[in-house]
Amino acid sequence: MTKPLQRPKRKDPLKKTRIPLLPQGTRSRTALGLTSAAAEGRFQLQVCSDCAMVVYPPRDACPRCLSARLPFKDVPNGGTLLAETTIRTSTDVYFRERMPWRIGTVALDAGPSIVAHLHGDVREGERARLQLKIDKSGQAIAMALPESDTPNMADDPQWRELTCDPKYRRVLITDGRTAVGQALAEALSEAGASVIFVGVADPWKPFPGEDKLRKIERVEIVALDLTDTISVNECAGEFAARVDILINTAEHVRTGGIIERKGLTIAREELEIRYFGLTRLAQAFGPVLRARGADGVNSAAAFVNLLSVYALVNWPTYGAFSATEAACLSAAQSLRTELRPGGVKVLNVFFGPLETEWYQVVPPPKVTPSALANATVRALQHGLEDVFVGDIAEDIRARLAVSPKALERELGS
Amino acid sequence: MNLAPTSAPQSRRRPYDGVVVAAPVTVPYRRYSTNTAHWWVGRAVREVIQKARLKSADIDGLSLSSFTVGPDTAIGLTQHLGLSPRWLDHVPLGGASGVVALRRAARAVQCGDAEFVVCVAGDTNQVDSFRRMLSTFSRFAQDAVYPYGSGGPNASFALITRNYMKHYGATREDFGKICVAQRANALKFPHALMKKPLTLDEYLGARAISDPIHLFDCVMPCAGAEAFLVCREDVARSLELPAARLLATIERHNAFPEDPIQYRGGWALDIDEFYAMAGVTADDVDFVQTYDDYPVICMMQMEDLGFCGKGEGPEFVRSHTLTADGSFPHNTSGGQLSVGQAGAAGGFLGLVEAVRQVTDGALGAAVPGAAIGLVSGFGMVTYDRGLASGAALLAGGRA
Ligand SMILES: [Zn+2]
Repeated sequence: MTKPLQRPKRKDPLKKTRIPLLPQGTRSRTALGLTSAAAEGRFQLQVCSDCAMVVYPPRDACPRCLSARLPFKDVPNGGTLLAETTIRTSTDVYFRERMPWRIGTVALDAGPSIVAHLHGDVREGERARLQLKIDKSGQAIAMALPESDTPNMADDPQWRELTCDPKYRRVLITDGRTAVGQALAEALSEAGASVIFVGVADPWKPFPGEDKLRKIERVEIVALDLTDTISVNECAGEFAARVDILINTAEHVRTGGIIERKGLTIAREELEIRYFGLTRLAQAFGPVLRARGADGVNSAAAFVNLLSVYALVNWPTYGAFSATEAACLSAAQSLRTELRPGGVKVLNVFFGPLETEWYQVVPPPKVTPSALANATVRALQHGLEDVFVGDIAEDIRARLAVSPKALERELGS
Repeated sequence: MNLAPTSAPQSRRRPYDGVVVAAPVTVPYRRYSTNTAHWWVGRAVREVIQKARLKSADIDGLSLSSFTVGPDTAIGLTQHLGLSPRWLDHVPLGGASGVVALRRAARAVQCGDAEFVVCVAGDTNQVDSFRRMLSTFSRFAQDAVYPYGSGGPNASFALITRNYMKHYGATREDFGKICVAQRANALKFPHALMKKPLTLDEYLGARAISDPIHLFDCVMPCAGAEAFLVCREDVARSLELPAARLLATIERHNAFPEDPIQYRGGWALDIDEFYAMAGVTADDVDFVQTYDDYPVICMMQMEDLGFCGKGEGPEFVRSHTLTADGSFPHNTSGGQLSVGQAGAAGGFLGLVEAVRQVTDGALGAAVPGAAIGLVSGFGMVTYDRGLASGAALLAGGRA
């Protein structure tokens, strides 16, 4: 049984912050297929298109029929733990400071044997389910979990090393005036975050939902205006060392394409709030997050971007807005590489039109703020990198995978 | 199309008539060395040439095994060592290197492609070289092993050992017996790095490395080199070189890929043909040098090489002393577990020792009346199991 996590004590300011180390992240190009699956929380292995053999470790030829057609596909993740070991000495500096470490051989029902990290509640000889996870190096690894959930299982130290669980972590929500920001505060409070800093520009100005927000347990309103570099820097100066998860909830949704708009005023506003706001946050909080990636139970864990799914492909009805979201997505990809030395993940949450005033004319299905908030918390608890929330986002994701050109035409018609 | 071997090959192999192994050489091991692999290989080749009273110009065949000679391979070593061979081989097969190098060299000599083949294995051991080798050992290791705790071979063999213990009832005492007997052999072998006796209590009380693997289940990586000469029997006689005749060999890679975890090696596929080629049985074998990277692998070889049935390894170990003077002389120089593992030279250690034993040249404990010896090789864990296996039967003057 997993020992429940203890709330971390206040940190001794004289104590050295442990320098983040990473496990080896080098992989063959083919093995990156596992990373793609892990990023979205899928369990995919190569499956031979010619003989249906499930193949592991990743290969470039099928070991049964020598076919080169080996796409990654969803496969059943059940298996049996044949043997386990507790490693007590490692040649790798990352694992050395995390010893002892359990691994084991899982014979998958689907065929191959997989050497995997072991959750503390998996027992030798018993059934297990495998998941692919992104480790601190940003690459996929397999982890064996008990067949059914166990009490406090998210608190397992080997598991928590792979997730960004908000439990006992301190979170900054950058804009509390939005319905999504408020829903997130509630969801994070329920998920056991120890403090939820909620940024509000000009906090003396009242806003809808304020009373409810202030009543949420462990919420602390802080002054933060993403369009103002000084404000962002001041907020970071005061709170960055106590922020383990940063969630950028800033939004600016306006209809219209590129030509219809006269001048650059609205475009500038969009960029100011979204792209430059993200840049300001990254510059002010990024270095501190990156330095605190191995700082115990409440180590820095994630930088979260809430992105319109139209960041992936432009929706001309919201053409200029889509362009700004695309800029934010591109910046997020850069951030991923820049934060990796600290083992800090960048989670991109893609969503379709929301059930808010800004999408008033858009027909359903739409995503409620609380659905988006819950999906974001779940993604953190599972350590995902990309998550698609709602039917529209899932649909765009699926159609994009088939034909980006077809999707471009369809969104433009 | 199923690529897995289903049965032993039907074609009959020709015997190695008239091929011998001579001039067994060990360059004394060191825990760490500031010298390069080239230095170690050079010492070993020189000693073979001197022992055989030859000149460099006589050496027309060279076979090299080394993990640390990079960026060079065998070809670079010809120029480095000033040799002009007309037959050249590089055998990067770790623990199977010795047997594989020998069987290839033997055919070259038998067919006249070369007259004197020096087979050499040497590796250096610098303070950080082991770690660097592990993370880049194979593509599968990089993708699917090293990121899992980076426990190296200790962790991989811990899983194999654990599974074997569970299935066949082997105990730590059984593995301890193998290690303790090898240490007893090693105390008489001048080149062994381990000089102190080992008791079963010390074995059992040692610290855990990767359960159930404990300290004395592990070899100590070190620097060193081993080498031997392959030539025709009449040539060896004219040089007055003590030599061992080659009776049979086998080699197999990636056997039993469908086994979910390794409990047997490729020997099991080829063992009947192996003894048939030599015209002997397991009962005729006077001593065995197994590949002992971990004691569970020794036990697996006792089974797969036909000394007992599958799963009878633990009982077999309990019923023999395993020392050089006992009922089943095993790893008579102390094996890698007590001599040290000098990289690829670990795959030559048992072979070089076997040549000494059947030619009355033992440096340590001699097996009384040793006529026929079996040498086994095993190696190359690129993912979850050792892929390469091989074995050779050698006979001396008494056979
Ligand atoms: Zn196939």
